[in-house]
Amino acid sequence: MATIQVTGENEQHPDVALVASAVAGDVQAFEKLIRKYDRQIFRIAQHITQNREDAEDVVQDAFLKAYEKLNQFQGNSKFYTWLVRIAVNESLMRLRKRRTGKMVSIDEDIETDEGSVPRDLADWSPNPEQNYSQTELAKILRKTIQGLPPGFRVVFVLRDVDGLSTEETAEMLGLSIPAVKSRLLRARLQLRERLSRYFRSKKAGEK
Amino acid sequence: MTCTEFLALLDELIEGAVSDETRAQLEKHLSGCDHCTVTLNTTRKTIEIYRSHELYELPTNVRDRLHAAILARCKNGC
Repeated sequence: MATIQVTGENEQHPDVALVASAVAGDVQAFEKLIRKYDRQIFRIAQHITQNREDAEDVVQDAFLKAYEKLNQFQGNSKFYTWLVRIAVNESLMRLRKRRTGKMVSIDEDIETDEGSVPRDLADWSPNPEQNYSQTELAKILRKTIQGLPPGFRVVFVLRDVDGLSTEETAEMLGLSIPAVKSRLLRARLQLRERLSRYFRSKKAGEK
Repeated sequence: MTCTEFLALLDELIEGAVSDETRAQLEKHLSGCDHCTVTLNTTRKTIEIYRSHELYELPTNVRDRLHAAILARCKNGC
């Protein structure tokens, strides 16, 4: 019955050829994949582990694991999606090691009422970031996001910083789509509320 | 529309993934609710500010070191 061909679906993602070459033993093809994604993997790992040394180890181990298992990679998901899954698991493992005795998981449902209607009505001054130096601002942004549970941080980073879709994020984290949506809302609202401390107008409510 | 219903659609509104009918309902709510207007604007700003600031740079020397370490092990069959 279907007579309209959707051309986009059959277009090959450029990573597919690189993965195929790497499987055939072309290490340079794999190096291209490393160069393409190492910064994002480092960012995700750093947001989860909050430890620079651990994040560097995650980059190394995630790419090595991917290389080892490259022949098992199923082309039906994107290489990057698959790689992030490996990196998230490696990051959580390291976070658990540092927080011995404390359960750390991406899929635990974190009880919080901060996803409900925000209490703080203060508007922000226009371009509030201009009141701080780049160094101060980076410190504020890091401190603020570090206060969120790891499962919220990683969803916010994948969806809002990396710009990935809800579906891709769900696949990367092994979460359902409603779970990703719920975490994203709560992460955004918590960040917004915490940043208000720094960015609010001098007189609340005044425009 | 209540504030809770508005918040449930915040993601779709920010993504521009709402029907014209839903958008009209959301805008109607916004026109009478300062609380949700502030929430929407400051949430948008939160996303924008995190997106435009790289918090965790990977310096070139660290990248080079990591690449060398990964590739050395790849060449040795891991």
